[in-house]
Amino acid sequence: MDGLATLFIRAIFIENLALSFFLGMCTFIAISKKIEAALGLGIAVIVVQAITLPVNNLILNGLLKPGALSWMGIDADLTFLGLISYIGVIAAMVQILEMFLDRFVPALYATLGVFLPLITVNCAILGGSLFMVERDYTFAESVTYGISSGIGWAMAIVALAGVREKLKYADVPEGLRGLGITFITVGLMSLGFMAFSGVQL
Amino acid sequence: MKALRNILDSIHPHVMPGGKHEKWYALYEAVDTGLYSPPETTGVAPHVRDGIDLKRVMGYVWMATFPLMFWACYNAGYQANSAMAQMGIESAAGWRGAFAGWFGYDHTSIFSNVWHGLWYFLPVYLTTFLVGGFIEVLFATVRGHEVNEGFFVTSILFSLTLPPTIPLPMVAIGIAFGVIIGKEVFGGTGKNFLNPALVGRAFLFFAYPAAMSGNAVWVAVDGYTGATALGAAMTGGIAAIAELGFSWSDAFLGFVPGSLGETSTLLILLSGAALMATGIASWRIVAGVMVGMVLTSSLFNLIGSDSNPMFAMPWYWHLVVGGFAFGMMFMATDPVTASHTNSGRIAYGVLIGIMVVLVRVVNPAFPEGMMLAILFANIWAPMIDYVVISRNTKRRMARTAATA
Repeated sequence: MDGLATLFIRAIFIENLALSFFLGMCTFIAISKKIEAALGLGIAVIVVQAITLPVNNLILNGLLKPGALSWMGIDADLTFLGLISYIGVIAAMVQILEMFLDRFVPALYATLGVFLPLITVNCAILGGSLFMVERDYTFAESVTYGISSGIGWAMAIVALAGVREKLKYADVPEGLRGLGITFITVGLMSLGFMAFSGVQL
Repeated sequence: MKALRNILDSIHPHVMPGGKHEKWYALYEAVDTGLYSPPETTGVAPHVRDGIDLKRVMGYVWMATFPLMFWACYNAGYQANSAMAQMGIESAAGWRGAFAGWFGYDHTSIFSNVWHGLWYFLPVYLTTFLVGGFIEVLFATVRGHEVNEGFFVTSILFSLTLPPTIPLPMVAIGIAFGVIIGKEVFGGTGKNFLNPALVGRAFLFFAYPAAMSGNAVWVAVDGYTGATALGAAMTGGIAAIAELGFSWSDAFLGFVPGSLGETSTLLILLSGAALMATGIASWRIVAGVMVGMVLTSSLFNLIGSDSNPMFAMPWYWHLVVGGFAFGMMFMATDPVTASHTNSGRIAYGVLIGIMVVLVRVVNPAFPEGMMLAILFANIWAPMIDYVVISRNTKRRMARTAATA
């Protein structure tokens, strides 16, 4: 239990997907102009992350790992199919989430627009799954990591949206307007998040 | 004085748009409005009749740091002179030795201490002011905005957060980074979202950890070994601070080694009280920081830990060691980067208070947490405002819906 709590905090603050690994930058920068939209996307990422990570964990341990299929009498190492299976799972989950939002939360569905399907190719999501493989998480750990890394990413994008709403009044030099200043902002934000780097839990 | 006014007036037409030297307007404006009150008045309603303006706000903050500048000189000199007496060194090393010893190296003489320390504080401040000021004027000239008094504050606060032993090229790089990336790329004073002085210091902190970490000693004598109060507390708790020979009152009054401006908690609290009385520093932020710090450190006291002595550090020690007091009074209260709503300010302060104790206690990588805590809270300040404002909107919507 202690290990899971540690993992939870670590994934949110210390190993924040957006601000210390810089994963999922395309949506991170594109959807952070308004706080409401950022919050919606953040929640979508948490949900997708919380579903796909455990599912991918089950696929990895139940189908792909060497010897996982021995009950069928097959002794094969299918881990080379890992990438394609994880992406397939993510795409399917996003599709389901999209249909769900369209049916039950149309307002959020309209706000997220094209970026909801884009979560499919969000590197933070695939990155989470690959971290799960690399770090050899158990099922319980992958549930925890899925939720917490999603929360960390959502927190970062909401904070960025807040800062960017404030920066609407800034007088940025012409060449830096738009993407340029956003990259600088993200860099400065990760400087603030450095407060957690080195925390030993 | 009239002659000076006449000279400025005679330059005036040349620096206005279309004039021969219009590029230099920013510099002219800085000198003119620095010496005389600006002639511009508000043209359209609403008018607020008040003598306060940005110039006065920044001027007050600058004046409030004067006692700290004095103490920076005195304490840097006192620490160095004491160490020299202890080690039997006759004169200061390097180019400073040519000047610093004019009045001897007697650590019991106030004047000798101030003079010796002046040769550490002044070069740091001058470097900051010249490099940062040059960048400020350059940006103002090229981008056509005015040179802002905010830079006085940024420069002095930045200098006061640095250790006296810092090499001057690092000072130049730090202030350049702080002013350009922390402020000017966003359009200058009032447009930034992180405190530029802290951005510069954080940059130095991560770029040159050896010169800035705060574990090692910050006494300006070659070969002196020892630890700062916080560095000692990381390994041995309060007992280790006492072993260094520092009592609580030493730390409160400022007779401990540390960054230039942060050592004397007493002077900082007095200056801060003056700032709060004039309404320039928000008392809500200061109160929030105190409450957050006291609650979090008391919580850690209650939890306790066998392996980490910082858990046992009581709140009144957190208050006096490191940059806590300085950050609380001068950095956290920066009106640009703090939250702008009143209840938001309290939440913002509490967040800083919690974060600083968290970083100090559970993060073994950094002995000092104030700088990073404030930067972290700066990031969240707009979000805090957003929550406060949207809650207020909801409340008022409900009220109008009820009465309508």
